[in-house]
Amino acid sequence: MYPSSKVYLYRRVLNAKLFIEQHYAANINLNEISGEAFFSKFHFLRIFKSAYGKTPHQYLTAVRITQAKRLLQTPAPIVEVCFAVGFDSVSTFTMLFKRLAKQTPALYQQTQAERQRQLKNTPLKYIPNCFAEKNGWVNNRNFQ
Amino acid sequence: MITKLNHVSVFVLDQDSAYNFYVNKLGFNLHTDAAMGPGMRWLTVCPPEQPDLEISLMAINAGMMFNEESAAQMRALVSAGTFGFGVFECKDLQATYEELKAKGVEFTKEPTREFYGYEALFKDDSGNWFSLAEAKAG
Repeated sequence: MYPSSKVYLYRRVLNAKLFIEQHYAANINLNEISGEAFFSKFHFLRIFKSAYGKTPHQYLTAVRITQAKRLLQTPAPIVEVCFAVGFDSVSTFTMLFKRLAKQTPALYQQTQAERQRQLKNTPLKYIPNCFAEKNGWVNNRNFQ
Repeated sequence: MITKLNHVSVFVLDQDSAYNFYVNKLGFNLHTDAAMGPGMRWLTVCPPEQPDLEISLMAINAGMMFNEESAAQMRALVSAGTFGFGVFECKDLQATYEELKAKGVEFTKEPTREFYGYEALFKDDSGNWFSLAEAKAG
């Protein structure tokens, strides 16, 4: 085990990480987040990055884009998704989404809609045959 | 020549609960969730940095793979914590341990330095256990 002082630091940084996960949709800033961990901003940034491999800002962006990907599995308008995950500018959202997801939100939504359609109509395309056979799914014509 | 593993199965007691555990607690990504007929579902998740390894969360239902008796036996074995499915890796074990514990994951061994590495053990929501190890430097 780590010395208790280090565990104490980890728990404080964890509070900040959980704060981001719970409040990503709000207009939170780094000072609020470091305040949550009771650290100076510099010390907080260093420990957060060392524990989670990302700065708090990068982590906040990653959480927002992950949540946006979930919402884009539905036909929700892009603007609505952008605001729902905490961005206040569609162009910033689109730029960051493209950077992390390697495609635009609109294309991602289209691709996911097509995948959902295929999953519904031809799910066996996504399942190794051995598993499908073991479960008796290959005998169901609807899945071909 | 075998080059890699791309699918592995973990038998679970309840797929909805397993989805919540693996996605919302462990932070894995959903890969595929397909309805395969009444009571049947193909559900796979991937560790965040391993998108080409699908972990299939297999329901233990009587049917093709199990009969009523073997399904009941399998459910009892899983619940009893009989099966250990593998070792997950993280960059910082203490940080990951604190986070997962805060999210309600049950650990059966706290982070401990062993001669083979730094590891903890946890159980999933069904009773399957896993080792969680810190990646070795270099």
